[in-house]
Amino acid sequence: MHSEFIFLLTIFVLACFVGYYVVWRVTPALHTPLMSVTNAISSIIIIGGIIAVGAEGGGLSGFLGFLAVFMASINIFGGFVVTKRMLEMFKSKDEGGKK
Amino acid sequence: MSNFQAIAFLIAAICFIMALRGLSHPKSARMGNKFGMWGMALAIITTFTLPVVQEYIWAPVAILLGGFVGTRIAKSVQMTQMPQLVAGFHSLVGMAAVLVAASAFLDPNSFGIVEGESIKAASLIEMGLGAIIGAITFSGSIVAFGKLNGNIGSAAKRFKGQHKLNAILGIAILLLLVMFTSSQSGSIFLLMILLSFIIGYLLIIPIGGADMPVVVSMLNSYSGWAAVGIGFTLGNTLLIITGALVGSSGAILSYIMCKAMNRSLFNVIFGGFGTAESESAEGGEDARVAKTGSPDDAAFIMKNAKSVIIVPGYGMAVAQAQHAVREMLDILTKEGVDVKFAIHPVAGRMPGHMNVLLAEANVPYDLVYELEDINREFAQADVALVIGANDITNPAAKDDPKSPIYGMPILDVEKAKTVFFMKRGMAAGYAGVQNELFFKDNTLMLFGDAKKVTEEIVKALED
Repeated sequence: MHSEFIFLLTIFVLACFVGYYVVWRVTPALHTPLMSVTNAISSIIIIGGIIAVGAEGGGLSGFLGFLAVFMASINIFGGFVVTKRMLEMFKSKDEGGKK
Repeated sequence: MSNFQAIAFLIAAICFIMALRGLSHPKSARMGNKFGMWGMALAIITTFTLPVVQEYIWAPVAILLGGFVGTRIAKSVQMTQMPQLVAGFHSLVGMAAVLVAASAFLDPNSFGIVEGESIKAASLIEMGLGAIIGAITFSGSIVAFGKLNGNIGSAAKRFKGQHKLNAILGIAILLLLVMFTSSQSGSIFLLMILLSFIIGYLLIIPIGGADMPVVVSMLNSYSGWAAVGIGFTLGNTLLIITGALVGSSGAILSYIMCKAMNRSLFNVIFGGFGTAESESAEGGEDARVAKTGSPDDAAFIMKNAKSVIIVPGYGMAVAQAQHAVREMLDILTKEGVDVKFAIHPVAGRMPGHMNVLLAEANVPYDLVYELEDINREFAQADVALVIGANDITNPAAKDDPKSPIYGMPILDVEKAKTVFFMKRGMAAGYAGVQNELFFKDNTLMLFGDAKKVTEEIVKALED
C-alpha cells in the first residue's frame, strides 16, 4: 500500500504535534531544566552507536560507534544528573524554600 | 526487530513525553525526570537485545566511561555555568549523530539499509541530512560554548560578504548531498560533513551577547532534528519520536525568545543589533548626570517600603550575586516587606537562567514571577530594584519608534515609586541604546559589582 517512509513520516509529524503541545505547557520557570532534559533524551541516538559497536562488521564502523556511544553517554548521564540537581533546588515556601 | 522490542521502544517514547509533561510544574518535574531516566534505560537495554547486536563488551564499556565523565561534569558544574554546559552537551549530540551516520555508511548491512548491491537512496538522503545537521550542531555549539565560557569574545563578529559566503556554502552542501545520493561516494560524504562544520561555525560566530538565549535554543532544536535524520535512516520510531520532541521543544523556545525581543529568528541570525545605524538621537547625549545612591540609601528606602520588586539580569549571574540577594530577601521579609521577583524571558544567557539561579540560592519559586504575571504590579510597588539588567527595562521600547529595541516587551520598572539600578557603570546595554530611565527623578544608580553592592545593602539592613 504505502512505503515504510510514509509510515515513519506519519509518526514524525504526529510526534511534532505532541512535542508542540507538551512543550507549550512547560512553565517558563523551568525552561533551563527543559533544555537539559531534552538534551539528555536527544542522546537516544546512542541506539545507533550501540548497533554499530555490537554488529559483526566491526572495524572502523565499530570504532566510530564506540565514540558515538561514549559521547552520547556523557550527555545522557550529564543531562539527567544536572536536571535532577536543578529540580531539587526548586522549592516552594511550604517546602522550606527559605531555611 | 520483534514486536516485543518495538513495544519496549514505544514505552520508552511515552516515558520521554511524560518527562517533558512533568515540567509543567516544579512539583511534577522531579517525577518527570525519573520517567526520562527509565525511558532511556529501557531503550538502551532493549537495543542490546536486538539480533544485530552480537558483542556485549565494548558498548557497555563506552557507556560506563561516558557515564562517569558525564556524572562528574554534572555534579561539579556551577549553576551560573549552565548555558555553556548545555551548549557543550549539544555539541556532543551533534558529533554523535555524525559518527552514527558515518558508521551506518561504512557498515550498511548491519543497519539493514541495503537494497541489492548498494545502500537505499532514501537512506542515503536521510543519513546525509542527519550528518549535515549533526555537524552544524557540533561546530555551532562549540562556538556557542566558547562564547558563553569566555574562550571566544562574545561580541558579534562580522565581515563583508558573510551572508554570501554562507549562502554559497549552503548551496554547496545541498549539491553535495545530491551527488552523494547518486554516487554513494565516501569522499563526497566527508567533504559534505566538512563544509557543514564550517557553516555551523560561520552561522554562530556573528551572534553574541544577549542573543545567546536564541542561539542555545536553536542548537537544542537542531540536535533533535539530527536525531530525526538518523531515526529515518535506521527506520527506528523511537529515534524519530524523541528527535521530534526535542526539535519542537527547541523551536518553541527559540520562538519565545525571539518574541521576547520583538525580533524574528531571521533577524537574530542574519541581522543583529549594530549592523544598521540607529537613527535614534540617543547615545550622544551623555552629558546628563544620573543620580547616584548609596547602598545605605537603598537599605533605608527598602526597609520602609511596603513592596519591593527585584528584577535580576545577566549582571547578577556574572557577579554570582544570587546568594547575597537571598540574604537581602530574608531580612526584608522579616521586616514585613513584600518582596517579589520579576523575570524577563530573555534575562540571562539561556531561557530560564534566572529562575535556576534564584532556586539555587533557595528563593522559593512562588515569589518568582514571569513578565505577564507581574508587570501590572510595578505601579503599586514602592521600590523596583534592578540587578544587572538594562535593555529589558528600557522604556524606549515603548515610546521611541526609532529605537532598535522598539516593540520589545519590557518590565515596567519606571512605574515604581523609586527605582534602583545596580550596574557596574553607565555603559549602554547589549543593544547599544541609552536607557532614559537612568535620568529620571525617581531613579537612583548603585554603581559597582552586583554582589558587592548587594552585600553592602545587606550590611546596612542589619545595622
